[in-house]
Amino acid sequence: MANDDIDRANDFALKIGTVNGTGSASANSMLMQAIFRMGVPVSGKNVFPSNIQGLPTWYEIRVNKDGHLARTPDFDIMVAMNAQTYQRDIEEVASGGYVIYDSTRSLDEDLLRDDVTFLGIPFASLCVENFKGARVRILMKNIAYVGALAALLELDVDLIREMLGEKFAAKPKLIDSNMKAISLGYDYARENFECPLPVRMAPMDATSDSVILTGNAAAALGCVYAGATVGAWYPITPATSIMDAFKEFCGRFRKDPETGKNRFCVVQAEDELAAIGMVLGASWCGARAFTNTSGPGLSLMSEFLGLAYYAEVPAVVFDVQRTGPSTGMPTRTQQGDLFTVVYASHGDTKHIALFPADPEECFYFSVSAFDLAEHFQTPVFVVSDLDIGMNDWMVPRLKWDEGYTPDRGKVLTEEDLESVEEFHRYEDVDGDAIPYRTLPGVHPKGAYFTRGSGHDRYGRYTEDAEAYTDVVDRIARKIDGASAAVPEPEVRLAVDARFGLVTIGACRGAVLEALELLEADGIEISYMRVRGFPFPSGVGQFIDDHELTFVVEQNRDGQLLKLLTVEAGASKDKMTSVKYYGGFSLSAHHVVHGITETLEKAGRRPAGKA
Amino acid sequence: MTYITKPAVRHPSLEENALGLTCRDYEGAMSTLCAGCGHDSVTAAITQAFFELDIPPHRAAKLSGIGCSSKTPAYFISESHGFNAVHGRMPSIATGANAANRDLVYIGISGDGDSLSIGLGQLCHAIRRNVNMLYVLENNGVYGLTKGQFSASADVGTLSKRGEVNRLGPIDPMSLALTLGATFVARSFSGDKQQLVPILKAGLTHRGFAIVDVISPCVTFNDHEGSTKSYAHTRMHNYEVVQTDFVPLMTEITAGQDREGATAVTMHDGSTVVFRSVAEDYDPTDREGALGFLHASQVSGEVATGLLYLEESGEEMHSFENTVDRPLVEVPFGDLCPGSAALEDLQKEWR
Repeated sequence: MANDDIDRANDFALKIGTVNGTGSASANSMLMQAIFRMGVPVSGKNVFPSNIQGLPTWYEIRVNKDGHLARTPDFDIMVAMNAQTYQRDIEEVASGGYVIYDSTRSLDEDLLRDDVTFLGIPFASLCVENFKGARVRILMKNIAYVGALAALLELDVDLIREMLGEKFAAKPKLIDSNMKAISLGYDYARENFECPLPVRMAPMDATSDSVILTGNAAAALGCVYAGATVGAWYPITPATSIMDAFKEFCGRFRKDPETGKNRFCVVQAEDELAAIGMVLGASWCGARAFTNTSGPGLSLMSEFLGLAYYAEVPAVVFDVQRTGPSTGMPTRTQQGDLFTVVYASHGDTKHIALFPADPEECFYFSVSAFDLAEHFQTPVFVVSDLDIGMNDWMVPRLKWDEGYTPDRGKVLTEEDLESVEEFHRYEDVDGDAIPYRTLPGVHPKGAYFTRGSGHDRYGRYTEDAEAYTDVVDRIARKIDGASAAVPEPEVRLAVDARFGLVTIGACRGAVLEALELLEADGIEISYMRVRGFPFPSGVGQFIDDHELTFVVEQNRDGQLLKLLTVEAGASKDKMTSVKYYGGFSLSAHHVVHGITETLEKAGRRPAGKA
Repeated sequence: MTYITKPAVRHPSLEENALGLTCRDYEGAMSTLCAGCGHDSVTAAITQAFFELDIPPHRAAKLSGIGCSSKTPAYFISESHGFNAVHGRMPSIATGANAANRDLVYIGISGDGDSLSIGLGQLCHAIRRNVNMLYVLENNGVYGLTKGQFSASADVGTLSKRGEVNRLGPIDPMSLALTLGATFVARSFSGDKQQLVPILKAGLTHRGFAIVDVISPCVTFNDHEGSTKSYAHTRMHNYEVVQTDFVPLMTEITAGQDREGATAVTMHDGSTVVFRSVAEDYDPTDREGALGFLHASQVSGEVATGLLYLEESGEEMHSFENTVDRPLVEVPFGDLCPGSAALEDLQKEWR
């Protein structure tokens, strides 16, 4: 809640409402970047429609000196640039907050509120007076509100100038026109309002070791660093930008210096069925290959994923989750694919999955996914979501270990095959449930038939009960064994806590913030975030060790809670769900509310300790 | 059904190819298809084609979907890798495999159900990408493994074994391929090995997607009177439009030597395909003409066979994608991973 009495420097949220397709995205990211360069922790969330032009769109910026960057629904400032959405935008401002609007046209009386301050700036008429051409005027209106915010929030204008200089290095004329628009907003605000507002910026030094990055770009970069050469995909929001970024990075890092030819091959498939087929074909031949998709695509890939599981073909699949079921809300986030991912395809199947919480983990888990896929000869999923994938996150600078060597798994070389007497594809030679594999074209002795039909340990077609169960039982052991290889959960134990909390993926930021708030209120809760499936052994133990565990996730049916019951042996009676699945990113508010409500209902609002 | 290996008996009089291998070295496991199945004759022709082209068995990769036809890769070249994909999705496996390792010789075996119904989309897009492979469509007009339903290649008026009449028009893979820009389009008959082997050899040598539609009668479900995909019907209506001969690189073509009226097209590897049009005015390098001819012969109930269209431009998936000449699977990790210094530099832009 905004309040003049307390210092609100570097602790506020603002929301900008514009029309899709008017160029506001670059103005908004410039604003976020300026805050970041002032050394202050910041996050930006794009709330956009499934539309190219014309529908309302929003950008939310949270500035928090303590580094709490999850979404907050309490907006101190609303920049209302879209008359279509005035009503709901004005309603959303926290009491004591500010509404900045285009006063070229006066606001409808009905929209006014007593508890917020209205700051009218005639953006449209200022731009009409100062710029020529309809398109330019619309674009510059966006830059002008950045200028107004610079005055109201005390943003460093030199920084903005510097950023414009970098952005338009090749087109110096644009630097001048953009700076002119900045000044229009800046000067008007200075002349007409008391600047800065109580909610404002103050330079810090909390971002020098960080970068701004989306999860999709990070995942794509992980593919480049892991040595992936084949990518096959079908366009789908919110996963598309993984392949876009992969191609862009490859354009920089994967050109043969002599011929200019590509050391990678990206195929835009006809659908997701073909995309995963191409990945399997490439992996079968020995390339590191991947696809990127979201829920609907995953459903289409199911049949082939079962083949990959049963015929033991590596594959890396990025599932950037969006709101389901069916087409759902393609531009809203959710964690509704957990079941689909871990049990994809008919028959008895189970898949390895990694659950990054942010772009930093997207990068590292992307590399791990290729190692795990080849090590265990099976599909591996990197399960992120729209929030992680498409939003701008401030994350620690990525590091690369020069000592990294890819784990290509048990692949027999030409020399190996020359020296072995016989090769049997699905034989458990080492007793670790992982067989040896060969690649096409290497040696006649390595030849075998890859099939999704019943096969025995020698790779031969079978309809024999024992020969069949021999293979599927070994595969079950193999996948179970991966629980020791996936990333361990992130755990923060509270001393003598009676309550535990288990969460997953992008819930992390909101959960950690909520735990701080609850702790300040005397409720101490131990925290665990699962990062890999099959669940490592400590996961069930954590739930056993607490009287009650809150399972925080973003889907309606409590998929994580159910998975913990089935796959981690956790008692259902010792867990309770805290869920949010409306499509926005989780906020601490949801978590605090969910937990306190449960405790109050149970009549045990405790001091926290046992 | 079980897996049956053939006994390795080699007769001393068997002919050897340039690699010192005999035709037996290109065989696979024993077929488990019905006795007399057209597919087994196709398997024999494939075996012969690989043998005659001196392709090292382990440098071949055999792919298929689901169905009777898709079982056949197990029945040839046992020393090469095989991939029996899911129904109708073999082209995507082939595309990915080829993307990763462009140096192998890819042969895909499919059927009319696998190619023209469930897998029609993948077939079309593999043609568009001109994936470098030989795609053999063993066409019997019927679903065998599920016991005799009509496929999408069944002609109007065809009678099923149970006496039902097919009323839906067929999808002709040859016209389809021509329309989509296929660069090698051929049709043959499983009962005509003399015609089939040179066509398969030319298809294997073609750089790009070579589709060969082989009418391959189903003796169990579609070899009766009233079927247009039976042995008898095909023999009676087979019209060889173009006679094809494949001349490997090593053999010099002597002009005028019994080749009057023949056309020679040099393949990408330097070998030559020589063909002679039997039909008057038929030109297998004229896409529009080929389409018109196919349409006319379909109307008159004839099965036009031979190398129907050939375009050896050399443009295929890898030239569209501008990939390096070396197979991607052979590019060393050091050339793929940009390293820590590049990561540092890159991140300067993200501030």
